[in-house]
Amino acid sequence: MNVTLEHLTKAFPSQDRKSKQEVIAVNDFTFEIPDGELVGLLGPSGCGKSTALYLICGLQKPTSGKIFFGEDDVTDLPPENRGVGLVFQNYALYPHLTVRQNILFPLQNLKGEARPSKEEMLRKADEAARLVQIEPYMDRKPSQLSGGQQQRVAIARALVKTPRILLLDEPLSNLDARLRLQTREEIRRIQRETGVTTIFVTHDQEEAMSITDRIIVMKEGSVHQIGAPQQVYDDPVNLFVAKFLGNPPINVLTGRVAGGRLLLGDQPVLEAPGAPEGEVWVGIRPEGFRLRPDGPLVCTLRAVEVMGRDMSVLAAHPACETPTLRAIIDSDSRIDRESQTVRFSLRPNKVFLFSKETEARIPVTLRGEEGK
Amino acid sequence: MEQRSWKAWLYLLPAILFLGLFMVYPLIDVFVYSAEEGYNSASQTYFGVGPYNFSYVLHDAYFLQAVKNTFILVIITVPVSTALALLISLGLSSIKPLRNLYQTVYFLPYVTNTLAVGLVFMILFKKTAYTDGMVNLILHWFGGNTVDFIDGPHWAKMFVLCFYTVWVVLPFKILILTSALASVKQDYYNAARIDGTSSLRTFTRITLPMISPMISYLIITGFIGAFKSYSDAVALFGTDLNAAEMNTIVGYVYDMLYGNSGGWPSYASAAAVILFAIVLTITCVNLLVSKRHVYY
Repeated sequence: MNVTLEHLTKAFPSQDRKSKQEVIAVNDFTFEIPDGELVGLLGPSGCGKSTALYLICGLQKPTSGKIFFGEDDVTDLPPENRGVGLVFQNYALYPHLTVRQNILFPLQNLKGEARPSKEEMLRKADEAARLVQIEPYMDRKPSQLSGGQQQRVAIARALVKTPRILLLDEPLSNLDARLRLQTREEIRRIQRETGVTTIFVTHDQEEAMSITDRIIVMKEGSVHQIGAPQQVYDDPVNLFVAKFLGNPPINVLTGRVAGGRLLLGDQPVLEAPGAPEGEVWVGIRPEGFRLRPDGPLVCTLRAVEVMGRDMSVLAAHPACETPTLRAIIDSDSRIDRESQTVRFSLRPNKVFLFSKETEARIPVTLRGEEGK
Repeated sequence: MEQRSWKAWLYLLPAILFLGLFMVYPLIDVFVYSAEEGYNSASQTYFGVGPYNFSYVLHDAYFLQAVKNTFILVIITVPVSTALALLISLGLSSIKPLRNLYQTVYFLPYVTNTLAVGLVFMILFKKTAYTDGMVNLILHWFGGNTVDFIDGPHWAKMFVLCFYTVWVVLPFKILILTSALASVKQDYYNAARIDGTSSLRTFTRITLPMISPMISYLIITGFIGAFKSYSDAVALFGTDLNAAEMNTIVGYVYDMLYGNSGGWPSYASAAAVILFAIVLTITCVNLLVSKRHVYY
């Protein structure tokens, strides 16, 4: 089932009585989520991503705009008639019911024709339990389960009535780091097996990047960019998206374009043919640095962190926004730790230019000075 | 470890002393008195030891009347007040405008003096030479027969007493239940809504189990409170409750000690022990039942 949003907007009245200013949580969302995709709604806290999810499931009514599931306009449908499954951030499992009763609950709500027989219900519950691999715990209460197991029960409860859309609100935020890795793969597997269109909300870019077919990057109620994770990472439309995606985060420096060249400090580092002259923001991905004894970017060496597979070089540069910038290089690289300075050349496809005023990406193809 | 437990006992000492002196000792004393036949508190003498006090009390028509009244009161007021409180709390938690006003209105009886409320009830229900009372006037309008609720038939007096008791115990129950309802997380209701749960099923399968510990608390304390009621009856029917046939068990105990027929601590103790046994039994039954139906 593909989900289409048309100019979807949600405004909340201001909490402050004096100001009449409305808070716009979701601002003019227009996009389509293709059938069977796993989509991540990604943005910092308070950007309206949970509100967007609540609008899609119907727990909140939009101020304006429309929502379509396939061809059906569901904007005015109450949540129970939309056929959505929602997994809450804190799971919202009924604590007084066993796992089996929790999973059965949505089925027992069905009435008339749609209501399956008792055996059919039990069979469906068992099937859902098998899918998320919690069959051994069917007779336990939620409080007797670990966080990860509770999460699975919540997913099973959302899936048991075969929803058209599966929605997950921050599904991994209550799990520890190890479980998080495991569970996100689990979500991916379950989504593949059921083929249900899935939208999940997260503030963790790594989570979103790792399992989604498509990410929607949001900030302050607006969509900034939609695309496949790798594509958004490689081709951010503005400084916010560039900063938000990537771990470790992108390094932001103040640069200048003069005579078709990009200068950091006074050093020309890359050729920027056709870029408008003047000051720019320069974003350099950590993997965009190459150690070169004669590299054009001269930095003060601060520290070297060896992390097995690769090596993280912390260095200072006067043009950098932050005290140190971080470069990730091969652990085979030789670096003189006693040395005061370190020199880099830059990979042109890992460097982005953004307008100083609008922070929008400057469309320009950068080229290496060395011609490599 | 030794050191710490010694200190702990020291900290507990004041409470243990007070409780022992003013609760445990008198409790034991009541049991002792109840077995001493013809105990006289002035001369500290008694004739003998035996079950006669119990036999006397259990054959006393006033006591049997008091037991009957108390049981009627308990059986009617506890379920009615708890159910009403639940209804009102549900109403209160589902409205937004004027909620605070309503909460205050429903809470007012809690801070009002029992005897003052009793006076108001007298005015509402009592028949005098000058007026039939407010309630009778209303009954009359609707073509009903007037009844003297304060000095009339037993059922009418019982009705007033139950009405009064329910009205007095409601605010506390509403207070407890509204806060219990407020503590049920909205997410459960949202989850239920998405799954298309009917409001009746949401109430019976989600709300009720979630607030069941509070309901069971209210039922248990309600039973105990109703068994111990006395001042309500005095407020409505005056101090000579035996004559009015409206005595309660606690009222009987009081009368045996200080009333017109007073000066019988042995009989009073025996009645008190019987009350204790009844309350203990009922509370144990309550706890057993709640163990099955209450989710903690």
